Amino acid sequence: MATTPASGSVDGAGRKQIVTSLATAAIAMRDVAVARGGRQIWSGATLEIPRGSFTALIGPNGSGKSTLASLVLGQLQPSNGSLSVLGEVPHRGNPAIGLVPQNHALDKASAVQCRDVVALGLAGTRWGMGLRGKQVGLAVDAALEAVDGMTFGKRRFGEVSGGQQQRVSIAQALITSPEMLVLDEPLAGLDLLGQVEIVELVHHINHDRGVTVVFITHDLNPLLAHIDSVLYIHNGTPQFGTTDEVVDSDVLTELYGTPVQVTRTADGCVFTRAE
Amino acid sequence: MWFATLVTSPSTQSGIELLATPFLRNALIAGTLIAIAAGAIGYFVLLRDLPFATHAVAHIGFPGATFAILVGASPVTGMLVACVGGGLAIGWLGHRSGEREVVTGTVLAFASGLGIFFASIATGQIASVTSILFGNILAVSSTQVIVFAAITAAVVVTIGLIGRKLMFASVDPVVAAAKGLNTRLLSVVFLVAMSLVIGISVTVVGVLLIFALLVTPAATAIRLTARPLWVVLISTGIALISVWGGLVVATYLPWPPSFVITTIACIFWVAAPFAARLRRSDSESLHAAGQPAISPH
Ligand SMILES: Nc1ncnc2c1ncn2[C@@H]1O[C@H](COP(=O)(O)OP(=O)(O)OP(=O)(O)O)[C@@H](O)[C@H]1O
Ligand SMILES: [Mg+2]
Repeated sequence: MATTPASGSVDGAGRKQIVTSLATAAIAMRDVAVARGGRQIWSGATLEIPRGSFTALIGPNGSGKSTLASLVLGQLQPSNGSLSVLGEVPHRGNPAIGLVPQNHALDKASAVQCRDVVALGLAGTRWGMGLRGKQVGLAVDAALEAVDGMTFGKRRFGEVSGGQQQRVSIAQALITSPEMLVLDEPLAGLDLLGQVEIVELVHHINHDRGVTVVFITHDLNPLLAHIDSVLYIHNGTPQFGTTDEVVDSDVLTELYGTPVQVTRTADGCVFTRAE
Repeated sequence: MWFATLVTSPSTQSGIELLATPFLRNALIAGTLIAIAAGAIGYFVLLRDLPFATHAVAHIGFPGATFAILVGASPVTGMLVACVGGGLAIGWLGHRSGEREVVTGTVLAFASGLGIFFASIATGQIASVTSILFGNILAVSSTQVIVFAAITAAVVVTIGLIGRKLMFASVDPVVAAAKGLNTRLLSVVFLVAMSLVIGISVTVVGVLLIFALLVTPAATAIRLTARPLWVVLISTGIALISVWGGLVVATYLPWPPSFVITTIACIFWVAAPFAARLRRSDSESLHAAGQPAISPH
């Protein structure tokens, strides 16, 4: 069921605990490099992402963020170094990892119901026909409820808004009760309110269920109130730091290659391009 | 089956009596089998964006059939072999999808030309060639009925087994691959099944009218419902009504069954948006409250 808490945990006070021990890291890389089509994309990644953490993954276009996701999902092999994900060598089809892909537009979006898109996340790898079994139906309900999507479950995927499609994608990723969620630019194309809603939703999945979140984004601002850490790809090397370390005027100025001003506010901080 | 009682009933008369003749009985059984096979794959043809490919595969079957006539073999065998070859070729080309339409269209035109070339050598076979192009369900033999039954059974069992995986791989290939589905293999299995169904459907509606059985009923069903099993059932139903209607009319009127079959299928397709609108306005008035604002795109 999508309601089972996975890794990490919530203590008595309702605060999530982040497990940082080496063996139990959600993602551990040792001098990892990756190449595509014979070309090195990035290298020298040595880092540990703790279980239960909410990590933003940033970097310029083409720097290899989606590539890092493919590596974690076992769709690509590192060309160097060693990598472990949830204590295992990454392998395709691991139900403990949920994926919300970049530009998750479905090929025949207007032919399928949102419910069925979610159901495929659970039953789509099984033999047979039909997606309306009782057990699958209950799991779909639970996953849609978790993303506040019960009102549009029966509509066609192509006929709901971009924000609602994003919720359906997240429900599809959640339906196997994953320990880790990888979201590839889920905020693309959403307005400010839509972005806030998705970030809040993901925050609750992380905070209440202890699901480790890796959130690929171009804009760190909407995430600042909730993330613990930032994974950034800079000069061809992924690096990891806590939010406090990375969200700093000097570091961000270096990262974005343009002057950035960080301003602390009551519920986190914002940064803007300095004049 | 209902027609079995019709066929054996001694007290039936006139047009119904015609059903007792072997060629009409074969036509009815073959048409029923083909409608079921077409219903099983039509939904996936649409999901996988293959309507044009069905058209192309049928055209690639054409020279296979005329070559078979030329060398004295069964045109259905030639058709099936060429269709499966064509289907696999299209699958292989599909990876460079930017060029797919152009490559498919070019191969289609070449295959048609080759088919006419073989037909021109096989002089005195004009009737056979016409029936390949436009279908002649009344010419189905008992042996062919057995072949059709075997193919239909194989296709239905295959789709029954891989239906869910195929739907996942068709609708959501990125996540399906991430979940470990072998999307390449599923694609090949489906293309072979699709090509076999095209090969046998050509006997009913012909190379030129294949769309009416393989694509139109499924497109009609998708306008009415988004639920996969219902799409398969409704499109099978439309294909059955079209084929049976074509045969019934053909027993009374001197019209080619293909004409009636394609006409019925098209009438359903044209009528579907109106039926869908009625359904939608029903459900909208039911669920009007509590629906969030939707931005259509
Ligand atoms: N299938 C592929 N084959 C070869 N090279 C690829 C492939 N996919 C991506 N690349 C290359 O790998 C590099 C990294 O791509 P990736 O998609 O990981 O970037 P990204 O950081 O996600 O970019 P964006 O912000 O635009 O999504 C790019 O230079 C791209 O051209
Ligand atoms: Mg990307």
